[in-house]
Amino acid sequence: MSDASLHSDAYENEAQFGDYFALLKPRVMTLVVFTAFVGLLAAPVAVHPFVGFCAVLFIAVGGGASGALNMWYDSDIDAVMKRTARRPIPAGKVTRDEALAIGLTLSTFAVVFLGLATNWVAAGLLAFTIFFYVVIYTMWLKRLTPQNIVIGGAAGAFPPMIGWAAATGDISTASVLMFCLTFLWTPPHFWALALFVRMDYDNATVPMLTVTHGRRATRRHILVYTVLLAAFAIGLAFTQVGGPIYLVTALVLNALFLKGAVQIARRDEDTAEADSYKAERSFFKLSLLYLFAHFGAILVDAGLDRAGVWG
Amino acid sequence: MSLSKQHELHKRRQGRNTGVGLVLAAFVVIILGLTYVKITQGGLQMQPERGVSDGG
Repeated sequence: MSDASLHSDAYENEAQFGDYFALLKPRVMTLVVFTAFVGLLAAPVAVHPFVGFCAVLFIAVGGGASGALNMWYDSDIDAVMKRTARRPIPAGKVTRDEALAIGLTLSTFAVVFLGLATNWVAAGLLAFTIFFYVVIYTMWLKRLTPQNIVIGGAAGAFPPMIGWAAATGDISTASVLMFCLTFLWTPPHFWALALFVRMDYDNATVPMLTVTHGRRATRRHILVYTVLLAAFAIGLAFTQVGGPIYLVTALVLNALFLKGAVQIARRDEDTAEADSYKAERSFFKLSLLYLFAHFGAILVDAGLDRAGVWG
Repeated sequence: MSLSKQHELHKRRQGRNTGVGLVLAAFVVIILGLTYVKITQGGLQMQPERGVSDGG
């Protein structure tokens, strides 16, 4: 191989702006932006639109920074799993040191600027979220326990609470229940997917419930979390953020979600394989609508309340 | 004719540099906007000027 071809290979693999952006896990960021936005608008304190925009932006940047730190630490397991092998570090586009530097810089930036733009309760919650996702989940418990999904879900559940705190400067029953909504939704959502998609976490030695405790136990876990989720989701209707639209949405969707979870718990692997995991697939699809509709309904009720529709 | 010859590196990294430039420009706009909102909304508390009666 000549010097020229060696150089051209190196140039082809050179990171572009999009590769650095990919470190921030843009797909996860959309959920962060949406739920933080709902938390901010559902709060009983009005925020200037530009401050609100900046708050959501800083929460998203903080979430993205924790994604970069996760990719920095997990680059060894990302490289052996098909789903993650094309991420910027295993693909050789970005070095681990670069990801660490970007993650730490953006984390500090997001926390400090959220504090300056809104208040230090929101900034403290954002700092805790980043710490929880990177240290507690990624570094400590992800590779240790099959309950890793539950712990990871907690990190993803903080944004509406941070959005609420950005407006009010406090933590309330309503904001804690909004946290619980995403926190308890994550396990059934992810485990349903794990039942019908064969994942290669084994190669990466990450313990997954389907492997460590079996698929029968996973089905039971889905049901238990769905029952808990229904209680908290309907309970949220009776707090400050609840309204008629949210109550109807929660009642209908939780009834459907519970029905799906019972169906999954009653099935065995032979039945599921016979119909290509039909019930598991439709439960997973419903879970996507479930979270979007719940937060969407909170947003609609907040809008109608501000417009004075309910008097 | 430009004074310095455009290096191949500049061409290769144009996308990356443009991206960083836009992020920095957005940062300036955000700081400017936040400062304006904070001042006009009364979010910034100025120290009151010390009057004669204060002995200042």
